Amino acid sequence: MKTEEQDIQRSAFVRPDSMTDVVTHYCPGCTHGVIHRLVAEAIDDLGLRERTVGVAPVGCSVLAYNYFNCDFLEAPHGRAPALGTGFKRLRPDMIVFTYQGDGDLASIGMGEIIHAANRGEKFTAIFVNNAIYGMTGGQMAPTTLPMQITTTCPTGRDMNETGHPIKISELLSTLTTPSYIERVSVHSPQHILKAKKAIRQAFQNQVDDKCFSLIEVLSTCPTNWGITPTEATSWVEDQMFKFFPLGCFKRPDDGKVK
Amino acid sequence: MPGIVIDKNHCKGCELCVRACPMDIISMSKDISVKGYFYAQLHDPSRCIGCRLCAIVCPDVAIEVRTHGTTFALVDY
Amino acid sequence: MAKVLMKGNEAIAEAALRAGANNYFCYPITPQTEVAEYMAKRMPEVGGVFLQGESEVAVGNMIFGAAATGKRVFTTSSSPGISLMQESISYMAGAQLPCVIVNIMRGGPGLGGILPAQSDYFQAVKGGGHGDYRLLVLAPSTVQEAVDLMILSFDLADKYRNPVMMIGDGMIGQMMEAVEFPDKDADPKPPDESWAATGAKDRKPRIIKSLFLDPVKLEENSWLLHEKYERMKKEEVRFELYKVKPENEFMIVSYGTMARICQTAIDELEEEGVSIGLFRPISLFPFPSTQILEEATKENVKALLTVEMSTAQMMEDVVMAVVGNRPVEFYGRCGGIVPTPEEVKEKILEMQKTYSK
Repeated sequence: MKTEEQDIQRSAFVRPDSMTDVVTHYCPGCTHGVIHRLVAEAIDDLGLRERTVGVAPVGCSVLAYNYFNCDFLEAPHGRAPALGTGFKRLRPDMIVFTYQGDGDLASIGMGEIIHAANRGEKFTAIFVNNAIYGMTGGQMAPTTLPMQITTTCPTGRDMNETGHPIKISELLSTLTTPSYIERVSVHSPQHILKAKKAIRQAFQNQVDDKCFSLIEVLSTCPTNWGITPTEATSWVEDQMFKFFPLGCFKRPDDGKVK
Repeated sequence: MPGIVIDKNHCKGCELCVRACPMDIISMSKDISVKGYFYAQLHDPSRCIGCRLCAIVCPDVAIEVRTHGTTFALVDY
Repeated sequence: MAKVLMKGNEAIAEAALRAGANNYFCYPITPQTEVAEYMAKRMPEVGGVFLQGESEVAVGNMIFGAAATGKRVFTTSSSPGISLMQESISYMAGAQLPCVIVNIMRGGPGLGGILPAQSDYFQAVKGGGHGDYRLLVLAPSTVQEAVDLMILSFDLADKYRNPVMMIGDGMIGQMMEAVEFPDKDADPKPPDESWAATGAKDRKPRIIKSLFLDPVKLEENSWLLHEKYERMKKEEVRFELYKVKPENEFMIVSYGTMARICQTAIDELEEEGVSIGLFRPISLFPFPSTQILEEATKENVKALLTVEMSTAQMMEDVVMAVVGNRPVEFYGRCGGIVPTPEEVKEKILEMQKTYSK
């Protein structure tokens, strides 16, 4: 805890060093921005900025490299875990994190994330689940909820046609290889605090060369959900929690599935 | 006395801070920023307790929090 | 260094290690899986990264990630696998990442077959993936040349910061020949990491990407790549002439092991008093167009014959090279069937009839 005096001189809330001062292209109220900040804060808190490399996906966060103050690679759609694998294997001394949305990770990139997790690659995976394809304007994603309306399921997602949403954290936690898998959310202050801890733990695992870590972060998409940012934060709790319960699904120590 | 500074150039008028503020002292300005957003503003600075919840929820790191004297650090951020 | 009898695939692997490329990502596919098996044993001895990925799509992207460190990295695969890597190769060209990719070609299209072929020529030299880019493509015709070109490929990849592809038909990978490896140079030139993602310490962050949403920037990047390819055309054309003499009636253009088979046909024809020369391109991109034109327009040369293990792909570049100055005939087999010297001779004798009048 910072002492009282430090509080007085210093501002109590500042932009993390690992975050640039660039105004993001994200829509108003999109919690990508919060997740970026939590990642940047974890990198700052652990003093990793100068040896960190991020891997940006294809999707809304394709421009993530404009908002972080560290080296970045930009991956083809769905392939960030493979880039992370290739880089980390050659530079185990550096800190690698991948940042992907649900279309990138759970759809086209499903093969890459499962095998990276199964090999126990020692990078940190940040998985932003907003139940929709954002960048391309609101299509159905593997995580789109039952009956949720998107531009490619305009009458609501039909389970008979397209199956059910995929629970990535649960899916990956069934792998035997030890890993740290947790699902968090950033739709309210107390949830942001928990998410901050989980993201920091994920980076700590990498610093300790312990295991593969993936944090699934439920995130909002006001524009494509067609509701206001405030309503979107409620939608996360009212709708997404039904299908995507929060919690830690796997810890490296016990290796048992919670 | 604690207070906040909202950067008009970063704020996109998403109003998440309005609901997060426990003292209900943030509201949206009537005029718009250069980007065309009604930006957030503190309409009663004297009642700010420096709890930082507004800054924590802000997706654009548009809010800087300054604390003086007694501070209710509601959360260990 | 003493000569040692070695299978092409294994020689290629060892050559990479001599070039200091101790980072190899792979996926099994006939007829080149021995490279992976050899590396699985050898890499622990020399120290480096060996990883078998879950697919060639993943492997191509692991190469991207690894190349971004600035260190030498390579992969090997065969036709269908190389098709799966095309997207990542396009990204590496756009992001200017050096790496070496070896294609030990097999019969196509589709699952095709596992016997040797040269039917990936277009894919290799015309870019292969999306966007305005090329690969520097080298084609060995012997296992020794595969070793030499493999080592050269890493230097060229670094020189141009562009993926380099070495393509050999299945025979290059599968046959055993005596090879000699150059000694690993005592103090290898430290890799140029001025562009690599080494961590933003005391410098601004580096972003290795191929996305340029601003069309002005994307055009800039494309013309910059174009300049590299123009420079390759000036500095990296490699070819070999075999029995090219003023009295040649025809000139055969052929590459890889196919060219060696043509040499046998040429020797036998020479004994029968028929003078044929062979032009063997070693660099398929940059293609030796001007040199082919120069040889093709020699006075006695009536026509050219391209011989390929495909249904005529390099032939198109030969036709373009001679710009109508000489007719260009074709002979080829595919599907894994390798033309014999006799078949080549028959084609030449047939051409003698058509062009003798």
